[in-house]
Amino acid sequence: MEYRDYYKIMGVDRKATQDEIKRSYRKLARKYHPDVSSEKDAEERFKELGEAYAVLKDPESRAAYDELGSNWKAGKDFQPPPDWDAGFEFRGSSFGGDADGRYSDFFESLFGQHARTQGGAAQSRQFRSRGDDHHAKVLVDLEDAYRGATRAINLRVPVLDEGRHVSTRDRTLNVKIPKGIRSGQRIRLSGQGSPGFGGGESGDLFLEVAFRQHPRYTADERDVFLTVPVAPWEATLGTTIEVPTPSGAVDLKIPAGSRQGSKLRLKGRGIPGNPAGDFIVELAIALPPATSDDEKDAYRKMQQTFDFNPRKHLEA
Amino acid sequence: MPREAISGTVLDERITLSVVDICQACGCREEWVLKLVDHGVLEPDGAERDDWRFSVESITRVITARRLHRDLGVNIEGIALTLELLDEVNALRTRIERLSLKND
Repeated sequence: MEYRDYYKIMGVDRKATQDEIKRSYRKLARKYHPDVSSEKDAEERFKELGEAYAVLKDPESRAAYDELGSNWKAGKDFQPPPDWDAGFEFRGSSFGGDADGRYSDFFESLFGQHARTQGGAAQSRQFRSRGDDHHAKVLVDLEDAYRGATRAINLRVPVLDEGRHVSTRDRTLNVKIPKGIRSGQRIRLSGQGSPGFGGGESGDLFLEVAFRQHPRYTADERDVFLTVPVAPWEATLGTTIEVPTPSGAVDLKIPAGSRQGSKLRLKGRGIPGNPAGDFIVELAIALPPATSDDEKDAYRKMQQTFDFNPRKHLEA
Repeated sequence: MPREAISGTVLDERITLSVVDICQACGCREEWVLKLVDHGVLEPDGAERDDWRFSVESITRVITARRLHRDLGVNIEGIALTLELLDEVNALRTRIERLSLKND
């Protein structure tokens, strides 16, 4: 188990006041909140931050954490000293809500017991009720939307043991991703959420689907986009070119007089459905490099042939 | 260990949800949904509360709203503003992604 430096995560000195810790938390929480942040590791950072703040915001748990000493380095192999927490009383109110196991093993080994006792007490319902619904994200490839796929999804789920303590368990579900799925859609898996209480039915699991970034295509709702480079003569004179699509290559007619940014729509070649989306090709004129004398001559010939001023609109 | 694959229901735009469905799916109270409707964060079809039908996207909005409130202490007016700005930011991010693919 690795030692976690909560002060470093929080970006504050070990001597920071409670107010400084609170201010730093608020600032970093806005920066890394997964709903607003564009940072790649926002979710991970936000979890770390929540864990660090859960310990440092409470003077008692902070004092207990400080007791471990300042000689530990983040990432260093860590074992809690025996009875390190003797003499500290945890109110633990802040820990109870995180029974979904999102904190690190380091946190669990130090504060987990207190947290579980708290969480367990809150869960001891006697009446009959339906289990909670759960939400999870699943990344699929754009191609999966064309063909359908089966994806293994790993979930960490909270479970109540006989002592009514909450612990987490890893669970793998093989889920069918149906053809025609779009980014942002949800799949509801009935009865795969939390178990009910007192004989109540289980909750549902909602999977929110997102497409993994594709090296070629982008998708917007049902439509799929691809930018295709063409030579100036192909765009100007027209031709037929082969274009890849997620459902296989197609021959695409480029009309004469096409320009930079012209869009060509292949109806029904987007994400399948009723109606299916379109596949939209945007043309990008690629300029041929001229290295040999013949190639340069060809450009000179164009210069002489065309009366072309690309900067006409900039003239006074 | 290979296991049998399970199928779910895709929540597409033909599916709409009642206040009760939203509360169950998002694990929230009805008052919270009413507040979000009052501030125009959610726009259900139907005049009376009992007839309200919410779009599937409402689930995402309610969950995001709750997280903003819980994690950052944003109030309801702030949530409404944040969600509008987020819609705009996400549209721009999609556009940037498409443009950056083009220039590679």
